[in-house]
Amino acid sequence: MLLEITDLAVEVDEKEILSDIDLYIDEGETHVLLGPNGSGKSTLFMSILGFPKYNITRGKIIFKGEDITHLGTTERVKMGIGVSFQNPPSIRGVKLMDLLKIEHHEDVKEELSPEIMEQASKLKFDERFLERNVNLGFSGGEVKRSEILQLLAQKPDFIMFDEPDSGVDIENVELLAEEINTLLDKDRKPGLRKNSGLLITHLGYILNFVTADTAHVLMDGKIACSGNPDEILEDVRKEGFKGCVECCNPIH
Amino acid sequence: MLQSDTLKKRALKAREKKAALGEDIELEEFEKEEPGEHEELETLEELPEKYKKDVLNVGVEPSGTGRSGTFLQIDQSGVCTNCQSESIELMNMKDALEKHDWLNDYMWKAVAVDTDKYTAETALRESGGYFIRSLPNSKEIFPIQACMFIGGADVAQTVHNIIIAEENSELHIITGCTTGSDIQRALHVGVSEFYLKKGAKITFTMVHNWAEQVEVRPRTGVILGDDTTYINNYILTSPVRTIQTYPTAYCQGENSRAVFQSILSGKKDSIMDTGSRTILTGRNSSTEMVTRAVSNDESQIYTRGHLSGQSQEVKGHLECMGLVLSDDSMIYSVPELEGSATNLELSHEAAVGKIAEEEVQYLMSRGLTEDEAASMIVRGFLSMDITGLPPELAAETKKMLDLSLQGM
Repeated sequence: MLLEITDLAVEVDEKEILSDIDLYIDEGETHVLLGPNGSGKSTLFMSILGFPKYNITRGKIIFKGEDITHLGTTERVKMGIGVSFQNPPSIRGVKLMDLLKIEHHEDVKEELSPEIMEQASKLKFDERFLERNVNLGFSGGEVKRSEILQLLAQKPDFIMFDEPDSGVDIENVELLAEEINTLLDKDRKPGLRKNSGLLITHLGYILNFVTADTAHVLMDGKIACSGNPDEILEDVRKEGFKGCVECCNPIH
Repeated sequence: MLQSDTLKKRALKAREKKAALGEDIELEEFEKEEPGEHEELETLEELPEKYKKDVLNVGVEPSGTGRSGTFLQIDQSGVCTNCQSESIELMNMKDALEKHDWLNDYMWKAVAVDTDKYTAETALRESGGYFIRSLPNSKEIFPIQACMFIGGADVAQTVHNIIIAEENSELHIITGCTTGSDIQRALHVGVSEFYLKKGAKITFTMVHNWAEQVEVRPRTGVILGDDTTYINNYILTSPVRTIQTYPTAYCQGENSRAVFQSILSGKKDSIMDTGSRTILTGRNSSTEMVTRAVSNDESQIYTRGHLSGQSQEVKGHLECMGLVLSDDSMIYSVPELEGSATNLELSHEAAVGKIAEEEVQYLMSRGLTEDEAASMIVRGFLSMDITGLPPELAAETKKMLDLSLQGM
């Protein structure tokens, strides 16, 4: 098992946001996390990343067989965890180009490698754009594409995507989905896929292009149900989250 | 170097006069070398290798590539003066005074000789320094590079520079001030007087890289005529014992404009007291001041700004952003606005704070350690866009800034 989360409880500012979270993601799997606003989806991401504000009060996070519950963010990332943020901060004076070089373990003084440059142009970024300050004045779509490009440079084994399609026009959703599929080894047969993902989506639109193996619905800080993504999504679309919880059976 | 008795009298009287700001320095504690101690050079290529590295660090190019001329002073001796540009006159102050009688009319007009003991000392000693003059209606896009170098221990270096941009001329100067890597303690006093005639533009970009026990007391005055622009850029990111400077621009001409941009990083127990002042008297004159400051270790940074609007239709804005990175360090921001006429606009914004945690975490989520993330953010914060330079010089200045920030 790549990621094993058992009985996890998380507090933010001494308020419990998540509890009784059990989540198992195997090598090559893609899971989807659904749930209404404020249900704790992003909190779960930040807890897996190990941001200091997210205080783990119970339970364990095991990644690649190692207990990372109390490990720092940098160490977790170095073990192969990556994330695409929904609203990342902008960093004045830091060029996207330089950040990409660091993420791809290149020498900052050398030119950006052709490999990353090629991926950048696939995502419709030219060299001039890469000279811009990270996220500063980027449009919604540019932010998302830049997040995906950074992950392509970083090459993590387990990737969390927080609303990768929000604020992106339809044409670009397909483009993003294509690169997300690359990141998640979707070009290989299911049994041969190595990389895994956890995807937060509000509308589920991206799921028209990225296939998921399992979906989970998070309600009030708990996983209310897990199951086949198509079925769950259909229920959510028809009846909203409340309806979905009523008719799904918890799997654990 | 004083031609007039009145000036001499005033200088003598101010010999013991403490400066209005900054720690008082005992001038007697420093060695006063005479000019001529160091051999003259044709070009900076003749410099010993170890010095070449030192001057490169402050943006001075020993090969002279991309420069219209070079001036180098070591301790009290002007050792290299060469100029390839036909539109610029570059000389030792001493030679210039011999050549141009009228130059006396520019001595101690933008900086008062009796400002304090440092100006007095500079006036009373045979000081070095350069004379730079851009001829009327000329535009030289390549900068003159000037380097003030301290190579001897405990030396008191005094410099008196005069820079004149004649009518409708454009002049760019980059200047690097530094000490030999084997020098501990020294004193540098640099008096610089700038005169901009109608329609002229000067950009003056200065990088300092002193040894840790060096005391620095620059004294700068700028007189701006009609339709002139003066842009002053200052970069200091290495330790120094104390520096105190407060250049003043006198926007006397109509539509004159003075811009001060400073990038400061305090290290170790440096005390950096830097300010800029603009006196706006010309109709429709304006000024902008931008400072980025970061305090580390036990450093203390005072960043001052004084905008004085004395006639109608003048404008000024001051911006100071500071990051305090250590509990033992300090940033003291002192913006002063003074309006003494109707219909003027003066404003300031200052913020002193910490690195945004959200930004650190973002970079950590991409694999940087907390320290790596913080230093990347700080370098980014300091690497502000320096405006007002022609594209070639902007790129060169960016390189100089990157070099200063790399060493951090």
